[in-house]
Amino acid sequence: MNTPALKEWPLWEVFVRSKQGLEHKHCGSLHAADAAQALHMARDVYTRRQEGVSIWVVPSAAITASNPDDKGELFDPAADKIYRHPTFYEIPEEVGHM
Amino acid sequence: MYTQAMDIPDEPGKKLASVSTTVSDQEAAFEARIDADGRIEPQDWMPEAYRKTLVRQISQHAHSEIVGMLPEGNWISRAPSLKRKAILIAKVQDEGGHGLYLYSAAETLGTSRDQMLEGLHSGKAKYSSIFNYPTLNWADVGVIGWLVDGAAIMNQIPLCRCSYGPYSRAMIRVCKEESFHQRQGYEALLVMMQGTEAQKAMVQDAVNRLWWKCLAMFGPPDSDSPHSAQGMRWGIKRISNDELRQKFIDATVPQAKVLGVTLPDPDLKWNEERQHHDYGQIDWQEFWNTVEGNGPCNKERLATRVKAHNDGQWVRDAALAYTRKQQQRAQKEAA
Repeated sequence: MNTPALKEWPLWEVFVRSKQGLEHKHCGSLHAADAAQALHMARDVYTRRQEGVSIWVVPSAAITASNPDDKGELFDPAADKIYRHPTFYEIPEEVGHM
Repeated sequence: MYTQAMDIPDEPGKKLASVSTTVSDQEAAFEARIDADGRIEPQDWMPEAYRKTLVRQISQHAHSEIVGMLPEGNWISRAPSLKRKAILIAKVQDEGGHGLYLYSAAETLGTSRDQMLEGLHSGKAKYSSIFNYPTLNWADVGVIGWLVDGAAIMNQIPLCRCSYGPYSRAMIRVCKEESFHQRQGYEALLVMMQGTEAQKAMVQDAVNRLWWKCLAMFGPPDSDSPHSAQGMRWGIKRISNDELRQKFIDATVPQAKVLGVTLPDPDLKWNEERQHHDYGQIDWQEFWNTVEGNGPCNKERLATRVKAHNDGQWVRDAALAYTRKQQQRAQKEAA
């Protein structure tokens, strides 16, 4: 953003909280010169029908994402750890809900 | 709104790059995911031709939304009541929003907003030909909502299941808003049809002029759509042009009856055996002529779009200059 050669407005990711008590959810992206403008535009682009009560905008360049090629390495190890789920354990019926 | 351009190359005669015959592991994984009806996300590996097809289709779709603001925008200052004016402003704003969702989706494929706008402004990229026809009377605004947006909905609903995640998510958002567009148009026409003879005649006139153009929006017949098979294979296109066109006609005939207008096709009639309506010949010569830039409003639409972009250049420059100044000030204060 500091380079004077920049002609295009930078990209921002938009997160909207649809109602109080729920999390902010990613809903899309947009171009804006700065954070204040990004918020303003996010309101017009993503909440024209009361879809939100709160907005976050984050410069897209600031997001670090996991690499799709690492998917196996990152997530597969959890697949064989079924003892992490409550259904792994058998409890006598007379105990009732636990 | 919607682009008919699924099958329309930006540069006529230019074929898609042929896919290499040696199948890499990456390609096999991609094909397997497509076969399993899975989704492809921006960072995933994808064949170059898949990427190119999507960039072309999504950007043409975005351009259609943006250019689609013009024919209706013409009527904002002439709307017959404050209510209709407020509705029309909201609708035109939605079209702008749809264009923005779609440009964002296309950008995830590695193209830039400036590149796409350059394509539109230079005339290299296509947009839906329906917007190259003039909106001559107020009923045209209603008919655009009822028929043009109606045709768009037919086309866009299957796109919600498109194999490319960002495109499918953008389409879900668009479809939610599109229903309002169609209903407001149909309702505006219902009101006119309860009016004077002159008002009824305006509605019929608008339907007469736009009906065949709407049928052409679904694109060339299946027998003449070279890219369709590949699009189907990749889960970009789910239902063929002719099937969608038939669905649209079958859905529209009863709506026209309720409205009290005649659809201008003497061959249009129910076929008991097919359980569908038969319909007449579409003038594909005219369609291609308009796609190639020779429709009644092509030049005016593009010129208006380019002028609006150029007239806004100082705003974009000023916003960036302001941001830079703020940053410099913050840096100085921190030092």
